[in-house]
Amino acid sequence: MVSVLKPGFYTSIQDKGRVGFASNGVPVSGVMDSYAADIANSVLNNSLEAALLEITFGGCKLEFLSATAICISGGDFSAKINNQPIALNSRIKIYKNDVLSFGKINFGARCYLAVKGGFLTEKVLGSSSFYQNITNNLTIKKGDILPITTFKNDLETANSAIKIPAIHFNSEELKCYKGPEFELLNHQQQEQLLNNVFTISNDNNRMGYRLNEIIENDFPSILTSAVLVGVVQLTPSGKLIVLMRDCQVTGGYPRILQLTEESINKLAQKTTHQKLKFVLKSI
Amino acid sequence: MHKKTTYKPFGNAAILIEWQAIISKEILNDIILFKEKIKKEKATLITDFIIGYNSLTLKYKNEIGNYCNEVESLKLIYKQDFKLNKVEKILWEIPVCYDLEFGIDLEEISEKSNLSVEEIIKIHSKKTYTVFFIGFLPGFLYLGGLDKQLHFDRKPNPRLKVPKGALAIGGKQTGVYPQESAGGWHIVGKTPIHFFDIKNENLCFAKSGDQIKFKAISLEEFYQTEKEVLKNNYIISKTLLNG
Repeated sequence: MVSVLKPGFYTSIQDKGRVGFASNGVPVSGVMDSYAADIANSVLNNSLEAALLEITFGGCKLEFLSATAICISGGDFSAKINNQPIALNSRIKIYKNDVLSFGKINFGARCYLAVKGGFLTEKVLGSSSFYQNITNNLTIKKGDILPITTFKNDLETANSAIKIPAIHFNSEELKCYKGPEFELLNHQQQEQLLNNVFTISNDNNRMGYRLNEIIENDFPSILTSAVLVGVVQLTPSGKLIVLMRDCQVTGGYPRILQLTEESINKLAQKTTHQKLKFVLKSI
Repeated sequence: MHKKTTYKPFGNAAILIEWQAIISKEILNDIILFKEKIKKEKATLITDFIIGYNSLTLKYKNEIGNYCNEVESLKLIYKQDFKLNKVEKILWEIPVCYDLEFGIDLEEISEKSNLSVEEIIKIHSKKTYTVFFIGFLPGFLYLGGLDKQLHFDRKPNPRLKVPKGALAIGGKQTGVYPQESAGGWHIVGKTPIHFFDIKNENLCFAKSGDQIKFKAISLEEFYQTEKEVLKNNYIISKTLLNG
């Protein structure tokens, strides 16, 4: 069991999300940065489907009520066990009553806390990922008790060889494919889209990231059609929205780019005021 | 008759198939038929089929190795004329209370339209609507077939909280909010029926191609039905449209 002493800014249980329910209007959800989440689970030899905690900007404080092993991967928010700094991407031994806390934000927007065997919270439609009106909770709350399996702790703390390259967090380049409506853009609009640097607005969350800059357009809306995680939509105001894991399954704005999975993960580690640049890739 | 379809890559693990950009039942039926054919041939490769007004998006389990080959095989499937189990189409009768207590925008649209509240209710509940697809929220049905007299622009300022079960009109569309959410449509009534329930085997009772008819009920009937729905005793009235 893990007791939530402080929930932090936005902390939720996530896994690989809900697959196969889109025709009922159910969003995929799931870990924003699947690359970092996979590393956290891999270090513990967990299944890559195991549920973990997605912790946005740190701030949360947890007490382990049973022994286990953990791994934290993704953003660096100065994680500590009993006030002693711990390494990222490493297997860490946990004893009963150990307290995990976070401090200064060094880089990234989200980190993943995996526990040996995964969090055993309720699965709804095949996934533990929190989503409003599908699961009971949207975020963890103070006083929550999160179930985990107790592990007799005979695993030694080990430094794994896995390390996330800095480029995952600091590169501005996001690779993408042409979206279904890309060809509707005129030459000048395509140039703007691919040559300009865009800034992430303060309206960014698990549903999507709005960008500040404008691409002038007189596009009509399209007939409502599927949207996918990582699609870049051009809104009537000329602003761009990049849809992220909690996005709805259909939309009516032109879909001009589609981020690669790798780029979705990179964007998941960015936040307000940070810059990005779209780089076209062919199928 | 085969219709003109176009294929586009949608990232490296999805394909978008598009029909002519109009809202029509005929196109919807073609989309549904094609979907069923693909499902029969490629069930293990595709995780999600997402229907839009004039589109079908196939989400593949894995990256599509050779996009051109995949499109060619889809084109062949489209042309196939094999016997397919008919997809059952159902007409659902949804009880709705249009009382002013729930139909909080009825008076406003009555003023805008020169129709009395009674006329608006009559026009709205007389029509049979087609379910095109589900999107926006889990269990939100995109319904086609709203009478022209009831086409109203969305409210300039969306409400932050539209209650679950609210029946509303927006533009050329009508629909029920399956959960509390923000929304800019005009609210004309409320249904006690759940449109999305994770406890049910069918998360949403209706599917693309089904029909919906709204049946006006009194306040008293609303509260009675609501109780039955809560006790899981209410069965939505349905008629099979094809056999």
